[in-house]
Amino acid sequence: MTDQSVSQGSLASARVALLAPVARRAEAVVLPIAALLAGFLVFSLFLLIQGKSPTDFFYLVYRAGFGTAFSWQNTLSRTAPLLFAALCVALPARLGLVVIGGEGAIVLGGVATGALGAAMLGSSGIVALPLMALAGAVVGAAWIGAVGAMRYFRGVNETIASLLMAYIAISIMNHLVEGPLRDPSNPNKPSTLSLTDELRIGDIPGWDVHWGLAAGLICCVLTWVLIERTTWGFAARITGGNIRAAQVQGLPVGWLILGFTALGGAFAGLAGFFEVTAVHGSANSSLAAGFGYTGILIAFLARHNALAIIPVAILLAGFEASSGLIQRRMDLPDATMLVLQGFVFIAILLSDTFYGRFKAFAPERWSTSP
Amino acid sequence: MTVAGHTEKGAIGVETLHMTMRFGAFTALDDVSIRIEPGTFHALLGENGAGKSTLVKCMMGFYAATSGEMLVDGREALVPDPKAAHAMGLGMVYQHFTLVPSLTAAENLVISRTDVPNVIDWGKERTELAAFMARMPFQVPMDQPVRALAAGEKQKLEILKQLYLGRRFLILDEPTSVLTPDEADEVLGHVRQLCEAGEISVLMITHKFREVTAYADDVSVLRRGKLVGGGKVSELSHSDMAALMMGDAKLADPAPRTGIPGAPILELSGLKASDRSGLKDIVIDKLDVRGGEIVGIAGISGNGQMEMMEILTGQRPLSAGEIRVKDAPFGATRSDARLSCVRYLPEEPLQNACAPRMSVAENISFRTFDLNGKGTRFWLSGREMQGRASDLVAAFKVKTTSLDSPIQALSGGNVQRAVLARELSGDVDLLIISNPCFGLDFSAVAEIRARIMAARNGGAAVLLMSEDLDEIMELADRVMVMSEGKIAYETPISEADITQIGQFMGGHV
Repeated sequence: MTDQSVSQGSLASARVALLAPVARRAEAVVLPIAALLAGFLVFSLFLLIQGKSPTDFFYLVYRAGFGTAFSWQNTLSRTAPLLFAALCVALPARLGLVVIGGEGAIVLGGVATGALGAAMLGSSGIVALPLMALAGAVVGAAWIGAVGAMRYFRGVNETIASLLMAYIAISIMNHLVEGPLRDPSNPNKPSTLSLTDELRIGDIPGWDVHWGLAAGLICCVLTWVLIERTTWGFAARITGGNIRAAQVQGLPVGWLILGFTALGGAFAGLAGFFEVTAVHGSANSSLAAGFGYTGILIAFLARHNALAIIPVAILLAGFEASSGLIQRRMDLPDATMLVLQGFVFIAILLSDTFYGRFKAFAPERWSTSP
Repeated sequence: MTVAGHTEKGAIGVETLHMTMRFGAFTALDDVSIRIEPGTFHALLGENGAGKSTLVKCMMGFYAATSGEMLVDGREALVPDPKAAHAMGLGMVYQHFTLVPSLTAAENLVISRTDVPNVIDWGKERTELAAFMARMPFQVPMDQPVRALAAGEKQKLEILKQLYLGRRFLILDEPTSVLTPDEADEVLGHVRQLCEAGEISVLMITHKFREVTAYADDVSVLRRGKLVGGGKVSELSHSDMAALMMGDAKLADPAPRTGIPGAPILELSGLKASDRSGLKDIVIDKLDVRGGEIVGIAGISGNGQMEMMEILTGQRPLSAGEIRVKDAPFGATRSDARLSCVRYLPEEPLQNACAPRMSVAENISFRTFDLNGKGTRFWLSGREMQGRASDLVAAFKVKTTSLDSPIQALSGGNVQRAVLARELSGDVDLLIISNPCFGLDFSAVAEIRARIMAARNGGAAVLLMSEDLDEIMELADRVMVMSEGKIAYETPISEADITQIGQFMGGHV
């Protein structure tokens, strides 16, 4: 393309032209995988110190998460909320915002779903379920959209604001399910009124996995299309790349921030909707299961690419699915999985400092080499 | 008292001998010898990039000079680092405050010492501070957090801090740039008093002739890294200083101009907005730019040019006034800019006009990615973006290994070429530019100026803000000078006198 590459001879330049696009994309794949392996390595040392075998650990994860048809179904049924939670991190991240409070939107989305469901117990599912999904999405969108609004209009740090708001959301949920929304006939766990079968989401036919997985996959694909293939997504990427350049170009930066944070929140709210309608049957404290936090790790591992979120979420869901077996067979506490996630997260944050450091991934520096 | 340097007192003289500083092939400082007598107030004048900062950084030990030496108090002195400079009694007050805002003035003074113990005996420190303040010619409230102090008070505290640390030779780097004129007079008056009392000698970097005449004893003028003149302030007029600062008014060969100015395209009237500090206002009573002319706004940086660019790009709210483009109100939105054919070239394009990690093709598409003929589009067309980028890269001779390279991998000149390619394609009626050639090599500069001239010759109205007076003189049809947030002077290029422009740039009216 340039004089430089032509002068190197047509054979060499053809090779460069072929390899350059591959090399450029490889960086975003190789570095996260390397970080994941580094996290596993440190975690293995952690196990060895306790006298446990890392090979046993990873074998059991494979067995319980991916070894059999049953374990795949277990893994996939845990994947749905993780997909939504990761989208709630990835969408704002493309605008340069680090939103880590998706847990709050999941919880409140679930409460909104449960409350509306309780009020519509006699209605048919065809009428009630879309409204319940809408309620969950709208509440989630308002919750995370508020984080975006505070950032844009008042310069409030979105990371801290969203994290603190997650704690507020969990408290609001506890207040509501133990107070005004509590099912008085249920003596056990404080919950909203149990949903009738008519108001519940079932499994994908032939699978032991609920429809939330299909919805999550579709949302990931649609998000990818939005970001990579539409002008709105391109405007968002410019804003994330340099907000001053976006402003000079007259792009509607404020609307983009509000829109993308709200859309992320809506996805998190849908996670709450599926947890209530497909898993728990009512809104209760089980909604705060930590999906929002695992979603942060998934989004960062996936480099905020909505399609890459899918395999990463499945991988992390597999680890969570194997947690029970690991506890029983290896006599490890359930916090072990959180330790693993923590090590991987530190590794992925460190890997961020290596982008652009390797010549192999930067074709513009090849020509200077002898 | 155990404060370092307090055992010896009184102003010391400092002299540089043949100080030279090279950065690679670039000579920032060329054989500069300056003598500051003990107890005098010495001003250092020069344009942006004349080498003033380099000189004082060499004196303070931030840079190791390529060659040359320094005498402190008459003795040869080696200053390998700022600590060594401090030990000899040399201190510097920076353009921006270095105080801790949440601590009180007293706390700021005590913690700035190098010998402060791990456990501070505040009772003892307070008594000693009170004794120190009693000897000072001016006071600052000692028990308020520094953030509650006005800018002038903060600057006085910075100077007190230097005296408290036992400094006997002070370098002030544009100490009044963040102050109002009244505050500036007060602070400099106190500094002058300290010099007369024989407490300190002062070397002050400044752009303002008024401050030089009112407060300094001697002046040295730097230009392009060389000492071009100086002497007793009492023997020099403002026009002498301006002439030294600007050099022989040798104009570059003007690029060919064709056509005559047409109807006004950009009209600003009664504009008012607050500046970055929020303390002063930017006020533009009236400014027109006609089609087929370049209006150059000269001025020292920090006099409102940055805010002006933000106003014109819609990033800084107006408190009064109106911007009109082609006789219609202009709100600087994307659709306004597109329909009125307004283009922007902000300074430092990689930081202000590009997304550094996005590709060359994507960066070139920032202006047009959402256009489809005359309308807008929702679906991105990667093929169209690549095709247009490929054409523009060829037309504007952007050197890049690939359209997919991140734009930050390109050299400064090629980043600016890519941005020009983006902004100068299609119909351009109004072009708003800030420092387009800053930091670029000569060939890139010539090419970029030729492109700007071509846009003018093609009928565009061009508003060019530049700190480089040579650039303004080469390109502009009309010259304005911006000073303290206002248009201080306006002249057609045919009557432009570089000395007079320099005087207005220096704030002397």
